[in-house]
Amino acid sequence: MNQQIPVITVKDMVKKFGSFTANNHLNFEVYKGEIFGFLGANGAGKTTAMRILCGLSAPTSGEITVGGFDVYTQTEQVKRNIGYMSQKFSLYEDMTIAENIRFYAGIYGISVKQRKEKEQLLLKKLNLESERDKLIASLPLGWKQKLAFSIAIFHDPQIVFLDEPTGGVDPITRRQFWDFIYEAAAEGKTIFVTTHYMDEAEYCDRVSIMVEGRIAALDTPDKLKKQFQSEDMNGVFLKLARRVGSSESGVESKKRINKNRKS
Amino acid sequence: MRTIRYILQKEFIQVFRNKTMLPMIFLLPLIQMLMLVFAATYELKNVNIYVVNQDLSETSRELVSRFEASPFFNIYDASFDVQDAESSFNREEADFVMLIPPGFERDLIREDQAKLQLLINAIDGNKASLIYSYTLGILKGFNKVVIAEWKSLPEFNPPRRIEVKDSYWFNPELDYKWYMAPGILAILVTIIGMFLSGMNLVREKEIGTIEQLNVTPIKKYQFILGKLVPFLVIALFDLAFGLVIARVAFNMPIVGSLPLLFGFAALYLVGVLGLGLFISTITETQQQVMFVTYFFMMIFILMGGIFTPVESMPGWAQDLNRINPIYYFMRIMRMVVLKGSGFFDLIEEFVSLTMIGITFLALSIWRYRKTS
Repeated sequence: MNQQIPVITVKDMVKKFGSFTANNHLNFEVYKGEIFGFLGANGAGKTTAMRILCGLSAPTSGEITVGGFDVYTQTEQVKRNIGYMSQKFSLYEDMTIAENIRFYAGIYGISVKQRKEKEQLLLKKLNLESERDKLIASLPLGWKQKLAFSIAIFHDPQIVFLDEPTGGVDPITRRQFWDFIYEAAAEGKTIFVTTHYMDEAEYCDRVSIMVEGRIAALDTPDKLKKQFQSEDMNGVFLKLARRVGSSESGVESKKRINKNRKS
Repeated sequence: MRTIRYILQKEFIQVFRNKTMLPMIFLLPLIQMLMLVFAATYELKNVNIYVVNQDLSETSRELVSRFEASPFFNIYDASFDVQDAESSFNREEADFVMLIPPGFERDLIREDQAKLQLLINAIDGNKASLIYSYTLGILKGFNKVVIAEWKSLPEFNPPRRIEVKDSYWFNPELDYKWYMAPGILAILVTIIGMFLSGMNLVREKEIGTIEQLNVTPIKKYQFILGKLVPFLVIALFDLAFGLVIARVAFNMPIVGSLPLLFGFAALYLVGVLGLGLFISTITETQQQVMFVTYFFMMIFILMGGIFTPVESMPGWAQDLNRINPIYYFMRIMRMVVLKGSGFFDLIEEFVSLTMIGITFLALSIWRYRKTS
């Protein structure tokens, strides 16, 4: 954080779906060890941007490096260095905790010995030792989310991408989830997280707010609050969204986005 | 290599944890083999004859009793009135009307020939021609007796003729079940493999776990192999199971080499599973996979020659069959199982199946995208 070593650099990133521009010339850097919040309304283009950084989606144009690797040509190196947890639940429901761990550890080439050690630590930390051989389907959602996050960082990636990781869980579990995120950041991992909970934005080191495919603001939560003379991030967000949305009614733009997404 | 091991381990765990899978693996072959093989028969039995005997002479009665004695025919009803026969015909009760006109015997004696009318329901053309040829056979035999009796030709001095003695090879008792069983098995193996693999892949898309896999360093070929191998193994198991059923239930001989048969089956399955996986890479939901797969299966199966000989299809259809994997596999199954054909008899099938397999597998690996 202090040295500000960039691990993700994005220059002029553009993503178009037909005539619709989901990401309109994005420029930003994410530094090593920071928690970088990516905010925006539904359809503002934040998931699209994250998918490009993960190598799930090809950008239309722009220069992008993740973990020092080029996303166009070095996709496999990029993938070795990132962890990803999507809003859709990503563990196999019909396999046990241990089987899920074994599978993901296996495809990242982690040795059996190393896996067993880490697995034990992990289960202890999550207090899931007795549930080791239970199917994921039988676990409550909050546990699943925490487990999914832990498995996403099991192979010790430099950068972790979290796509609305706390969608649908209760406030207490969300708080615990953020403790996990802090812990991972403290280990030097860079966290890139999208959310639309404004209270979570306060937990981030820096926040970027996307409105209609552009980055409307990017700074620390404190500076943003000062800049927009608002008490909390919610106020910042509403001011930004209104300012940009005034040229076009919100409903209209939403309709357009939905239409374009489908096509 | 180690990665593939982990992928396979995961796939097998999921396959066998799926509650519908085991019944599918065991019940499907059992039901298909026992039901379809018996039902899908071309053997001609119980042809209903409506006899309109307006002659009522000794000769005409003798003719009718010959039909009665045949195992293929069954005198359904008799009447003097052609109208009755016709209405029975129209109700689809009688397959065949035999009209013996008055004066049949008289004409035969006086003019050495008599007329007989046969009306055959030819909606099913195949069946009609079979009925016709069986009928001719009976009439021919009847003719001989008539000639022998009336012309008083001594039996010990028959006119010279070519004697045809037939013996049927490879299926000496002409058991239709032996012909159908390998064909039904070929279809069974195809259904199991193609549907299960395709649906499995697209299910990962539906649940969203495929995203998680796409951000890992899994290679495309590893992923596709992971989806292919488990269902290939299951399909081969069902082939073995089906052969056992055919052996036990129909006493079907397995003349050829089993390793050869299974080798060919594996080669064939790479092709059809490759196609199933290719379909699932271009679709998003299980319904779509089902629909598209069904479309291909339907064409492949009906063109592949299970019910109708490919040789009698029009030229373009035969050409089209060159890219139909089921066509080759159907031949291989029947040739190896019933005839005992060896590898060198099947070179053409080998080359074709290899090419089809490589093509479909390559297509599915190429079309599977980690990046959209």
